[in-house]
Amino acid sequence: MLKILNLESGYGKLRVLKGVSLHVSPGEIVTIIGANGAGKSTLLNTISGLIRPMSGEIVFDDKQTGGLGVERIVGLGCTLVPERRQIFNTLSVKDNLVLGGYLRWSKQGAEAKQDLDYIMGLFPILKEREKQLAGTLSGGEQQMLALGRALMTKPKILMMDEPSLGIAPIIVKEIFRSLTKLREGGLTVLLVEQNARASLGIADRGYVIETGNIILEGTSEELLNNQDVQRAYLGKDYERINE
Amino acid sequence: MIFNTTIETMPRKYLKQVQIEKLQSTLNRVYRHVSFYKNAFDSHGVNIEGIKSIEDLGKLPFTTKDDLRKSYPYDMFAMPLRDIVRLHCTSGTTGTPVVVGYTKNDLQAWSECTARTLSACGVTEHDFVQIAFHYDLFTGGFGFHQGAERIGASVIPASMTAIEKQITIMRDYKTTVIIGSPGFIMNLISVMKELGIHPEKLFLKTGIFGSEPWSNQMRTYIEENLKINALDTYGLTEIMGPGVAFECEHKNGLHINEDHFICELINPDTCEPVETGGRGELVFTTISKEGFPLIRYRTGDIVALMDESTCACGRTLRRMTRVTGRTDDLIFFEQFKFFPGEVEKILYGVIKAASHYQIIIDREGGNDVMEIKVEVPQGFAIDELKNLEQLQAEIAKKIETSLGFKPKIALVEPKSLIFNARGKTNRVVDRRKMK
Repeated sequence: MLKILNLESGYGKLRVLKGVSLHVSPGEIVTIIGANGAGKSTLLNTISGLIRPMSGEIVFDDKQTGGLGVERIVGLGCTLVPERRQIFNTLSVKDNLVLGGYLRWSKQGAEAKQDLDYIMGLFPILKEREKQLAGTLSGGEQQMLALGRALMTKPKILMMDEPSLGIAPIIVKEIFRSLTKLREGGLTVLLVEQNARASLGIADRGYVIETGNIILEGTSEELLNNQDVQRAYLGKDYERINE
Repeated sequence: MIFNTTIETMPRKYLKQVQIEKLQSTLNRVYRHVSFYKNAFDSHGVNIEGIKSIEDLGKLPFTTKDDLRKSYPYDMFAMPLRDIVRLHCTSGTTGTPVVVGYTKNDLQAWSECTARTLSACGVTEHDFVQIAFHYDLFTGGFGFHQGAERIGASVIPASMTAIEKQITIMRDYKTTVIIGSPGFIMNLISVMKELGIHPEKLFLKTGIFGSEPWSNQMRTYIEENLKINALDTYGLTEIMGPGVAFECEHKNGLHINEDHFICELINPDTCEPVETGGRGELVFTTISKEGFPLIRYRTGDIVALMDESTCACGRTLRRMTRVTGRTDDLIFFEQFKFFPGEVEKILYGVIKAASHYQIIIDREGGNDVMEIKVEVPQGFAIDELKNLEQLQAEIAKKIETSLGFKPKIALVEPKSLIFNARGKTNRVVDRRKMK
């Protein structure tokens, strides 16, 4: 579904991604784990069209999407839930969701309406607070809203950037559970996370990125078994390292 | 039967993507963790970020057996030793052994590869699999064992038992699949004949052999004499062990587990790539190993790669022909491997002078036999029978202790060995190939 080959990307003269190759097959949850500054967000921002790639290929649904505008890429069915949620604070919860479906109302209005109801059903708290200003929601609720807003674009692949950031662990669990549920409904997910334990818990496969290079890939089970991953991202062996 | 349909029948377009991803992450790992590779890439002026496709592999330097010997024991490991959960090593008869370390994931991948091998040979959970490979530092026993367990077959780890006992087990335990070296099975056939045991008294239906080259004539002989289906597998300890490549029921080449190993074929003299169909030296790059990854390892085995067409069994994994030879003069004798040079070294040690010798290997009644003819040095008190006997015994003993087998030693008069046009004796005469 999504295939990336030798992608290089960055900001100005700074090359952050140094030739990254990865793929996501339909119906998969794939996670990318790595430390701060490894290039995880740069990767998602490049795929979603916020940053133009310096070189390399991005193929989504057999179409080259590298360098296309964000709106074209969203239109093709590839949507990002940005880091720190970036919801419209001064709009109501419902308006945030309605805006998410912006590209669809004129042509698939009825379907979009159905999706709106489905999302409110998936996260009842959003229904409860539909008239409230989005900025007044808690962090976790805002994340649900951001996820809902992205789902309103009816994506084929949903990319999430650090959904667990600054959120109570119990809400993280709920959000991850909803991802599994959405996957059962046929959604493909590319998940970027620092919380490796949580993301490997729901993902089928994963890639470990370090200073712009992929240094390890495999099924979640393999990554959880890998001692380097355990030490660097799961916090095991902490004492032994300090010896 | 196909063990992992997703991988084994994956369209080649996708397989290429999987390979390049794994190759790039392997290169990033070895460059960071293995000083040998960091030095090798830097001194060849290769930037691993320039490896953008499988074809770019050609830019990287080779790894040779000699490199591995120099790294003895742990210098090529890419993981800290506490993450290594198993060690195996090459036989080491040819010099310093090569120690190979496996992490938990490596063992998982290995058992997956041997499970694919066994499935392709038709092994299921209903089978009784008797493994006659040794369970020791050698990878044969453990490698197949893990795969057979993964499939759920009943495993009989019957190595290290005498052949007669193996036959009893085979009959009483109703073994359906036998795994071992072709040499072992030839032995078994001759013992069965001696004891008058007819193959129909056994329950065998499949034989899976590997660890040394064997001919198609041998296959026919084994199949007819044991009334089984005999299949070939390929593997080597440096790369992983058994399970690198395997035959399917169509016996038309060995499928390479390409999601774990990238294969190349080169001309051993020029190191240039060999075109599809041509013979050359097999070169492997491991792309999923954590503990002991190798980049462009020259195996010394001569094969031909077949084209990338899908096999009649449905597998898209590329096939290679059976191994037809070696780039060096490595000799396979029963389960032992050695170079003639080692015999030479031993002879020199005993006789204290350079002497001509000739190794003659033959097959008698299904058994491999070896005779080493040694010229007695000039000036040796040849008249004294006692001295000669002593010398003979000493050579035989030295060879047994260092190489593991006991050949027949024949002492011959000086200058009695046949010289060829270049004034050299034919060091090795392998009559098995003619049979």
